[in-house]
Amino acid sequence: MAEDFIEVDGVEKVFDVRRKTGLLRRERHQVRAVDSLTFGVPRGEMVGYIGPNGAGKSTTIKMLTGILTPSAGRLRVAGIEPSRERTRLARRIGVVFGQRTTLWWDLPLIDSYRLMHRMYRIPDARYRENLDRCVELLELGRLLDTPVRQLSLGQRMRGDIAAALLHDPEVLYLDEPTIGLDVVSKVKVRGFLRELNEERGTTVLLTTHDLTDIEQLCKRVMVIDHGRLMYDGQLDGLHQVGESERTLVVDLERELPPLDVQFARVVKVDGPRQWLAFPAAQSAAPLVAQIAAEYPLADLSVREPDIESVIARMYAREEPSLGGTTAPS
Amino acid sequence: MADVGGSVRVYGLIAAMWIRSTLVYRTSFAAAVLTNFLVTALDFVVIWMMFSQATSIGGYSFAETAFLYGTASVSFGITALLLGSVDDLGLRVRDGSLDAFLVRPAPVLVQVAADRFGLRRLGRFLQGALVLGWSLTRLDLDWTLAKLLLLPVMLLSGAAIFGAVYVAGAAFQFWAQDAAEAQSAFTFGGLTLLQYPPTVFARDFVIGVTFVVPLAFVNWLPALYVLGRPYPVGLPWWLAFTPPLVAAGSCALAGLAWRAGVRSYRSTGS
Repeated sequence: MAEDFIEVDGVEKVFDVRRKTGLLRRERHQVRAVDSLTFGVPRGEMVGYIGPNGAGKSTTIKMLTGILTPSAGRLRVAGIEPSRERTRLARRIGVVFGQRTTLWWDLPLIDSYRLMHRMYRIPDARYRENLDRCVELLELGRLLDTPVRQLSLGQRMRGDIAAALLHDPEVLYLDEPTIGLDVVSKVKVRGFLRELNEERGTTVLLTTHDLTDIEQLCKRVMVIDHGRLMYDGQLDGLHQVGESERTLVVDLERELPPLDVQFARVVKVDGPRQWLAFPAAQSAAPLVAQIAAEYPLADLSVREPDIESVIARMYAREEPSLGGTTAPS
Repeated sequence: MADVGGSVRVYGLIAAMWIRSTLVYRTSFAAAVLTNFLVTALDFVVIWMMFSQATSIGGYSFAETAFLYGTASVSFGITALLLGSVDDLGLRVRDGSLDAFLVRPAPVLVQVAADRFGLRRLGRFLQGALVLGWSLTRLDLDWTLAKLLLLPVMLLSGAAIFGAVYVAGAAFQFWAQDAAEAQSAFTFGGLTLLQYPPTVFARDFVIGVTFVVPLAFVNWLPALYVLGRPYPVGLPWWLAFTPPLVAAGSCALAGLAWRAGVRSYRSTGS
């Protein structure tokens, strides 16, 4: 793991929290936001970093960018210790915070880009090429003269992603890049990220609530909860470890008793509609084929398991399972 | 901190962007400068009115008081123009928007200071400079080379000392996000103080302003030397020439406080 682009070794982040317990009395206690976190990411990999709210995802990203200083442990990005050499590292990384913008709020989008151009000392030709590419792929053309505060969430997010990429960062951190986006924007953002990773070899670390982001973008996924790494490996493996299930919702032409099909069990019946759970790692196609062949099928849809339920199942198994399958590297 | 040239460049880039965006509305910009000029000039109107009732205040003539007023206002005007925005740090710490500054390849202090750069703040500087200029035509001083050199030195050192107070106050906001008020007590409060002769204040108070927060070095000590006036507290005359040293020391301390603040920055959840 010595030549990993991102190295995280035994990293902790402890916050002192002071709480008023009386008129004057204050109680101090410590919250361990990240606890003995260890992982490595090789150059060019695209990794999903998932976990419920407050699990420590953002804290990790903030330590990797140098915004927060770790309380203990060793952390290196491109061989640089982020909190010590934050400004030097800044030229080599791109950051997108889903919840807040890094653009200048009151100014037209293009002004932010012009400023980045000069602040990062991006060569003119490179800047123009990168900007043109982002404008085209993220469809920013008509938005460039609009003040950032007037952009919709999806537009702003696309604007933020472009801003983070103008200086050709070697690694891109995305903190909830699809949160609150409509379906069309989500698809655009995902397509753009996939291409960026494949064509430019940019290392990408993305946190998300949305398992679909991970499924469409990342081979490797890390799960964090209560500041600890619960899982690090392939997405398929996560489904096995978490014993997660997808749900097939079928609408039949008439009310029937619970269907009897292989590898799936009926979990709910409501009139002609039935809910069937099946292992998430398994394809839905043969199941659909079997039902269509044997029953009067009117309509169907597949529901993905959400992260919370996958993690809940991992918890139910008690032991945190590190590296359920080995990390690809 | 090492790359001064780079910092100045980034400051210039950000400030220029804000100036461009404010100049889009020329009339409203002109109105803002004028308002700033008039509002800050009210301070001087107060002094003017006092002198319409008395010929001296604390033993100082109108022209001498105007000299003190002018030097303090010019120094403060420079600082307010260049660093006025650091007041808002507490807000940025509270809502976490400081994060964006921390991932850019420029010192955070430079970005915070240049953010929302307000050219309208030039108003205070201009009216201070006018009053100072007027007082120089009215004062009958024996100018020596030392006094002549001391004048620009004290204005710049004074700006640096005010700057250190601004930065230290902002650094404190990393821990206490609503401390902007306390900071104003030192910056704007300090300015109001220095606009009057030291003889109108209690002795212990002057000592505090000299040695605890070194505001007396902004203008009192050097200005009293220029005016040929005795110090209110028995201090040696050569202190008039120490403002650059005091400024350097205060800036170094403020810089350390700022660093400690940035390192302890906790950001916000999510």
